[in-house]
Amino acid sequence: MSQKVLDALTAALPHAVDRTESSHGDEVAWIKRESLVQVATYLRDDPAMLFCSPVFCTCIDRLDWHPVKVNSMDPPPPKAWTEDQPRFEVCYQLRSIKHRTRIRLKIAVPEHDPRCPSLSELWAAFNWQERETFDMYGIRFDGHPDLRRIYLYEEFVGYPLRKDYPKEKRQPLVRRDDLPINPLKRDGSEGL
Amino acid sequence: MGVELTTTRLENAAEWAKQSKLARIPEWGRKFSLFSYPFVTACCGMEFMSVAAPKYDIARFGAEFPRFSPRQSDLLMIVGTITEKQGPALKRVFDQMAEPKWVLAFGVCASTGGFYQNYHAMPGADQVIPVDVYVPGCPPRPEQVLDALILLMERIQDGRGHSQLRTKREGLIREQADEPGPR
Repeated sequence: MSQKVLDALTAALPHAVDRTESSHGDEVAWIKRESLVQVATYLRDDPAMLFCSPVFCTCIDRLDWHPVKVNSMDPPPPKAWTEDQPRFEVCYQLRSIKHRTRIRLKIAVPEHDPRCPSLSELWAAFNWQERETFDMYGIRFDGHPDLRRIYLYEEFVGYPLRKDYPKEKRQPLVRRDDLPINPLKRDGSEGL
Repeated sequence: MGVELTTTRLENAAEWAKQSKLARIPEWGRKFSLFSYPFVTACCGMEFMSVAAPKYDIARFGAEFPRFSPRQSDLLMIVGTITEKQGPALKRVFDQMAEPKWVLAFGVCASTGGFYQNYHAMPGADQVIPVDVYVPGCPPRPEQVLDALILLMERIQDGRGHSQLRTKREGLIREQADEPGPR
């Protein structure tokens, strides 16, 4: 649909784009982490681009993720997050109202160093979205003015949308005193 | 004996009132004039509106008057999902209500957490405050809510609500300790 945006981006900043792909009508550009701000500034300000509308920012946890096996005789796929395929993908979706085009930027973020440059200086609407991504996945956005939890409380430990968070683990703030099973009183504070 | 019962001396009359059906009068009054505080957090609120609106008309049972301050209400209706983050707020609302007070958990989310079995949803509001009546359903039918309300009224009349039992228990403890207290 907007393959020409990908082509123009690759031509303008060839060192910053890892690879590009199209899936289900959406154009995806994999951006090197250190040049994300440069790419985003170009996409926002270049008169041929003018991506003025920040749609969303989120993250994908590729733990336990395997590509769909086409043939049942295929060997089992390798673990999805290796050195060349890091565990997290930070996604930024942008839209250009003027040119009626969309683009999705993806940044590969390894597990041992979950950092990503912040785009909230370029589009203020990404401020809360990045806080949400930090809240749920623990991605540190460098340069974010106010990186705090946005939905969860300060006492919460861990990042609940990571695939290795125990899915029914609760971290209660308050409980009745007369409960037969009181997670706040149990030693080790495992939760329910 | 008979002479004492028919006498009009004040101290005997008070003693007599405690043992007889006159003692049921405060509970009788309470059960027909429940002032509710709707703690509406989620989609069950639509069903609460249906219960309160003229078609099902909770006013027929004397509970039509939602107060928007917990200090003026005696029935806390927890309508919708309670999250762990909301727990302290719910407890605070409950603590602000004056005794005697009753709690109705409206819908499965307020009763058990419903289909939210995850990091953010509390597995039932009774983790934080004592609940008198649970109404299942997602959302419950208005008839269920009215049924639960009638159940609660019976319970109020019999003095079996959580806060009534607690008051009774504390009174007994005080009596045993032989301390003078409020009635």
